[in-house]
Amino acid sequence: MSGEQPFIEIKRSIAGGDFAIAGNISSETKTILQQTGLPPVFIRRVVIACYEAEMNVVIHAYRGTFTTQIYSDRILVVVDDEGPGIPDVSLAFQEGYSTAPPHIREMGFGAGYGLSNMKKCSNQIAVDTRVGEGTRVTMVFYLNSSP
Amino acid sequence: MTLREVKDLLQADVLTGQDLLDLEPSSFCGSDLLSDVLAFTKEKTLLLSGLTNSQVIRTAEMSDLIGIVFVRGKKPDSATVELAAIKKIPLLATRLPMFEACGRLYQKGARGCSEIK
Ligand SMILES: Nc1ncnc2c1ncn2[C@@H]1O[C@H](COP(=O)(O)OP(=O)(O)OP(=O)(O)O)[C@@H](O)[C@H]1O
Ligand SMILES: [Mg+2]
Repeated sequence: MSGEQPFIEIKRSIAGGDFAIAGNISSETKTILQQTGLPPVFIRRVVIACYEAEMNVVIHAYRGTFTTQIYSDRILVVVDDEGPGIPDVSLAFQEGYSTAPPHIREMGFGAGYGLSNMKKCSNQIAVDTRVGEGTRVTMVFYLNSSP
Repeated sequence: MTLREVKDLLQADVLTGQDLLDLEPSSFCGSDLLSDVLAFTKEKTLLLSGLTNSQVIRTAEMSDLIGIVFVRGKKPDSATVELAAIKKIPLLATRLPMFEACGRLYQKGARGCSEIK
């Protein structure tokens, strides 16, 4: 990733705990990607990963920023949050591992599949986290590839 | 099987998407776990669920689901129905519980996401 500029950059803030507007950023991202005429199968895997990442901030953190950059050959998504951080990242990636409280599970989340699904949908994923400070999830999606 | 046939088999009400009942799901899924829906469904799936919050609509939107059937008499609030209408996601509501709703559809040939190619 050189000094190359993205065609489009979308930057939005995420409010932790606000379930009324949760998913709005991923929805807007989907609309923008559809306008660019990208293939639906590609858009689907990008927005599923975006939504999982957005929901993780809403559910597990306090606030965050969601940045999407569209390049000619790839899409870069960076989700940065202020929150508790993740003490054990490899455990967090394990399917079925979740610290989500009961009221989150009642909404249908908290099965512990989000991070593994984000890994499945993206071509590259990196999680940088500091306990007590926050988490940054970076995902790359290459256009002419399967994940 | 079209959504119209699903509606008849489940004696369901149409909450939104009356004009979309000719759509044909390519697979079917019954789940109250949104993470499972996001991880394991294919596009054009019809979801049967007991969840009625707005995140079910968001999940359907992201996963390119063809529509949602709410089971055991549950109905979402009007803001949630409105969101589905905007996103052109048809919503049905049946009094049947999950098992019976899925069973009726399966008996008529509806198949799950893991059973189609
Ligand atoms: N942004 C974050 N900040 C703090 N902790 C997080 C964050 N994202 C994930 N985690 C931790 O990692 C765990 C696993 O995350 P993952 O997304 O896989 O599952 P989940 O969010 O608990 O459930 P699901 O995504 O299936 O609804 C979470 O339960 C939480 O403990
Ligand atoms: Mg999650």
